[in-house]
Amino acid sequence: MPTNPLTWMIFLPLLGAAVILCLPRNAHQLIKSVAAAATVPPLLMAFSLFQSFDRTIADMQYVTKIPWIASFNIEYFIGVDGISITMVLLTALLSFICIFASWGIEKAVKGYFALFLLLDTAMMGVFCALDFFLFFVFWEVMLLPMYFLIGIWGGPRREYAAIKFFLYTMVGSVLMLVVMLALYFYNDPHTFDLLELAKRAPTYSATFQRFAWLALFIGFAIKIPAFPFHTWLPDAHVEAPTAISVILAGVLLKMGTYGILRINYPILPQGTLEFAYWCLVALGVLNIVYGALCAMAQTDFKKLIAYSSISHMGYVMFGMATFTSQGIDGAVLQMFNHGTVTAMLFLLVGVIYDRAHHREINGFGGIAGIMPFYTGWTALAFFAAMGLPGLSAFISEVLVLLGGWRYYPVMTLIAASAVVLTAGYMLWTMQRIYLGAPNEKYLTLPDISAREVFTLVPLGILVVVLGVYPQPILDLIGVSLHKLNEVVLSAGQGGPLASTGTPPIVR
Amino acid sequence: MSHPIEVGYLRWIVLLPLLGAIINGLFGAHIQKRLGRGAIAAIACTPVAIAFLISVSAFFQLLGLEPNQRFLLDDMSKWIHVGDLKLNLAFWVDPLSCTLILVVTGIGGLIHLYSVGYLDDEPSIWRYFAYLNLFTAAMLTLVLGDSLLVMFVGWEGVGLCSYALIGFWYKDLNNATAGSKAFIVNRIGDFGFVLGMFALYWCLDESGQGTLIFRELAERVHLISDQKVFGIAAATFITLAFFVGATGKSAQIPLYVWLPDAMAGPTPVSALIHAATMVTAGVYMIARMSFLFDMAPDTLAVIATIGTATAFLAATIGVAQWDIKKVLAYSTVSQLGFMFIAMGVGAYSAGIFHLFTHAFFKACLFLGSGSIIHALHHEQDMRNMGGLKKYMPITFLTFFVSTLAIAGIPPFAGFFSKDEILWKAWSSPHGSGWIWLFGSMAAGFTAFYMFRQVFLTFFGEYRGGQAHGHGHADHGHAADHAHAVHGGHGHGQEPHESSKVITGPLVLLALGAILTGFLNVPGALGGHHIFDNWLAPVLQAGSHGAASPAHGAAGAHGVASELAADVEHVAHSVAHDPFEYILMSVSVGIALFGIFLAWLVYEKKAISPERFSEVLGGVPYNLVYNKYYVDEVYQATLIRGTLALSRILSAFDRWIIDGAVNGAAAVVRVVARVEGAFDTYVVDGAVNLVGAVSLWAGNRMRAIQTGHIYSYLYAIVIGVAVVLFVRLI
Repeated sequence: MPTNPLTWMIFLPLLGAAVILCLPRNAHQLIKSVAAAATVPPLLMAFSLFQSFDRTIADMQYVTKIPWIASFNIEYFIGVDGISITMVLLTALLSFICIFASWGIEKAVKGYFALFLLLDTAMMGVFCALDFFLFFVFWEVMLLPMYFLIGIWGGPRREYAAIKFFLYTMVGSVLMLVVMLALYFYNDPHTFDLLELAKRAPTYSATFQRFAWLALFIGFAIKIPAFPFHTWLPDAHVEAPTAISVILAGVLLKMGTYGILRINYPILPQGTLEFAYWCLVALGVLNIVYGALCAMAQTDFKKLIAYSSISHMGYVMFGMATFTSQGIDGAVLQMFNHGTVTAMLFLLVGVIYDRAHHREINGFGGIAGIMPFYTGWTALAFFAAMGLPGLSAFISEVLVLLGGWRYYPVMTLIAASAVVLTAGYMLWTMQRIYLGAPNEKYLTLPDISAREVFTLVPLGILVVVLGVYPQPILDLIGVSLHKLNEVVLSAGQGGPLASTGTPPIVR
Repeated sequence: MSHPIEVGYLRWIVLLPLLGAIINGLFGAHIQKRLGRGAIAAIACTPVAIAFLISVSAFFQLLGLEPNQRFLLDDMSKWIHVGDLKLNLAFWVDPLSCTLILVVTGIGGLIHLYSVGYLDDEPSIWRYFAYLNLFTAAMLTLVLGDSLLVMFVGWEGVGLCSYALIGFWYKDLNNATAGSKAFIVNRIGDFGFVLGMFALYWCLDESGQGTLIFRELAERVHLISDQKVFGIAAATFITLAFFVGATGKSAQIPLYVWLPDAMAGPTPVSALIHAATMVTAGVYMIARMSFLFDMAPDTLAVIATIGTATAFLAATIGVAQWDIKKVLAYSTVSQLGFMFIAMGVGAYSAGIFHLFTHAFFKACLFLGSGSIIHALHHEQDMRNMGGLKKYMPITFLTFFVSTLAIAGIPPFAGFFSKDEILWKAWSSPHGSGWIWLFGSMAAGFTAFYMFRQVFLTFFGEYRGGQAHGHGHADHGHAADHAHAVHGGHGHGQEPHESSKVITGPLVLLALGAILTGFLNVPGALGGHHIFDNWLAPVLQAGSHGAASPAHGAAGAHGVASELAADVEHVAHSVAHDPFEYILMSVSVGIALFGIFLAWLVYEKKAISPERFSEVLGGVPYNLVYNKYYVDEVYQATLIRGTLALSRILSAFDRWIIDGAVNGAAAVVRVVARVEGAFDTYVVDGAVNLVGAVSLWAGNRMRAIQTGHIYSYLYAIVIGVAVVLFVRLI
């Protein structure tokens, strides 16, 4: 029996999927219960992990390292540090919540939940893997269930969206595969061990770092998604069922920024320094402003939230490239906070869509008078998304912008101006859907149900608690990120790209 | 600054109203159903009352200390510790923040009480009180926060509550729009605030001293004196950024446009948030960081200019409004302008003093207008009022007193505070005659439009109710029997005095409008500048020449006796700078002239108001009546521009970026199809061709390949013959 809780967290959902496949096709309740049961232990383990995680060291914890395909030196190598543990916690929580958000699924229930649990395994695996090959395998495995979950259970244009998602991500995968193999063969002895690859960073030539960095970056940028690789996201979101949108925005997008922090930063630190300004700072700020402006023009509620995700992920890109403690900690905190806030937003869109069967922003009006509790929850999520103090996203956004000012004041100025735009589109949406005289058509809509509230409560609590007291997460991530930041910055001195090695100061 | 005295009770000033907000916000609907409206009111009012008592005890604890030791700190917990940034959830009280919390909890408490009466017909009163309590908690966080970021939490928090309360009656979309407008305009200010904060932090970080905690900032701020940001002096850039924040929150040009619209909220909200407390946050913030603003004379000049322009322009707009609350709203903008004049000439203490007195008389005016609106069943147009002093004597008296105060008539509170500002505008090294001139003219306009309001609402005949089919005579009759209004004349349209829960706060605030001025009687009138001395340890700038440390040392008893002496001295003032008396007389004269003009036009009716509106072909009047078209300009430029940009980008996203993606996919498909065709027809064709050719050739050849030896031999012979023949040639 494996003793590493991470292994259990990765494979228990897969076990659940296997069990579901053995159940009769029509045993809907049983299938859903099994799916729920398979996500509970990982969630509990996540709690205990949070308790016992050593916050004072930057090293990997809960490490398991056993040979897998020995002839190619491929290992089953997993573990977590401060960067990945937040993502593991988030994944465990959102997977659990999304099972309940999927409770209303009626079409091909067996397939849906089996695929969902497979997806859960893949996501958890990506965040725990420390072997590049293992990472890549999980990354690819994730694609398949996602493709079917959108393509079968999605909206009217589901096939277009699913194929677009699949092909786009495949492009990224191919680039990642090339870099993975290049790194493998560049080193002697050949290895896929991410920690080992990072140790040998000083030996990689400048040209190699540049090409490898850019190829990996494009792969990850598609996932974030960074401008101009982002257009798959609104389509995928609009077509995906509610729970899948939650997973997509809550977890999958973070894999892009996580990948950059896990692979680009430590393994290609000089490439990181060289490209940070254009690829992370400039594109990040562009994401923030461009996403916000595009969101403002949307008339589909879900598409608006999708664009707001693009905008908010820009803070993560910007923050991680500020090379200050505040900025980089803010970036990872933002990854977590965006996961909770945007999950709430998509759940809330789902609530109204399930009742009114459309998402046209201008087609509502006065919902606050009809569904007051639902509106209260929406207000909480909207204000969180706007980065209002006392709610979690405020802390991360302020930290990112504060960190940003040190080296990039102009960029910070542009990014900070988006707070006005965000308030603009959020309040405008609030006004059009919820305020005003109640729309006659929807007077009979029932208010939010207990099950729906159940999915929102844990997220709401996190949003408020981390808004008032963010230190639990900051303590978790601080040491690892500090070390990572040091690694990258010190690589600027004496490495092959030393001449371009300091963050560009545009002051 | 000295070491703070650690106390554990300050947090409750913030937490108690927050608790009230949480209880009413989460369970209010149930409580209201089970226990009734009284329970909601009790849950909302009690925490604010206790917070007031705690604030008072903090005040007395401060008084018991040496002036330079007046500093209490409640360090609640860690908050954000990242890298060198170490911020705690901590609250502090010094004379400046103490003054503000007394206003917020004191006047705030009265307004909570008043709301119970004012919103007696509101079905979801729990929601109202949850917002109001949350506002109080946020405002107190803003004031008590010991660092810029904690202050910012309150700063945005009050904006949120303001949004929620302006749009409280959200079923009318106009209210909701006004709320959104307030929030978004405030966000523009917040943008400035955060930039100032970031720049300040990193400028200090250059010397390894990065901090956002006020008391540390005060000690370290000299470190930035030689630094530059974007090519201008760091102190100037930072203070300008903060000032942008202040213009948003405190409704100064160019961000004042949200405040008049904010009157869509319930009137007690206008009194508390949009007059007495929240809108003064910008003034407080500048005073809080006076040590920084003192380093930036250029910024001070900008502040003084903006303040003067706002004070003057808003006062002119106030002249042409018909909505009773809009007049007061523009008046608030204008009075805030006066406070900024004080800030801009470095007379921080005078600005805070005006903030203090203004809180009383403006809250009283708003609540008085609320009393009228409530009595007239939500009538707000002054053209439908008149003669109300007969029906509402207490409301009239308190309103009148406060009007005298805001008009700057001695010895009411506004006289002392406004005159102090005008004097400083003239005499301070940062001041100028222009500021004084426009300030005095603004004061004259103020006196005019305020008395215009008094005459239109309280004097003459009651003009309301005609719409309901009652003739004028009918009302005259009704007025004669005002005491019998409730007796039942059959129409029940006559206004009547509001209940005690409404008039009580009015009376207390009116007393404040009469008495608070005596807290800072200038030396010229034989006073001791008690208020200035009280603030002197915080606002150390050379703006209060009369302040002497000896007076500051006075304890509670000392203050009381000084106060008594000041009241006595006003009558026979001692000799001082003679020019101060001249200016004082001129400004009082201007105010009296404004009142006289209002009397001529609206009471005596010797001059028709139309005469004004026709001056210069009506251009000035239309300009003023339409608020200088600022809203329209913003609508046409910023809002339209942003929306257009967002649509253009969205189309760009859809057709260009996604078009490229789909285009690439289409190209790949075309290539694939071409390749497919190539595959089918060319490659496969070639293969098939080879096959076909072989087959054809085979068939042909089969004729040759007969299987007969002789024919092979024949062929070989011919072949050899051909080869030989070729060789031979």
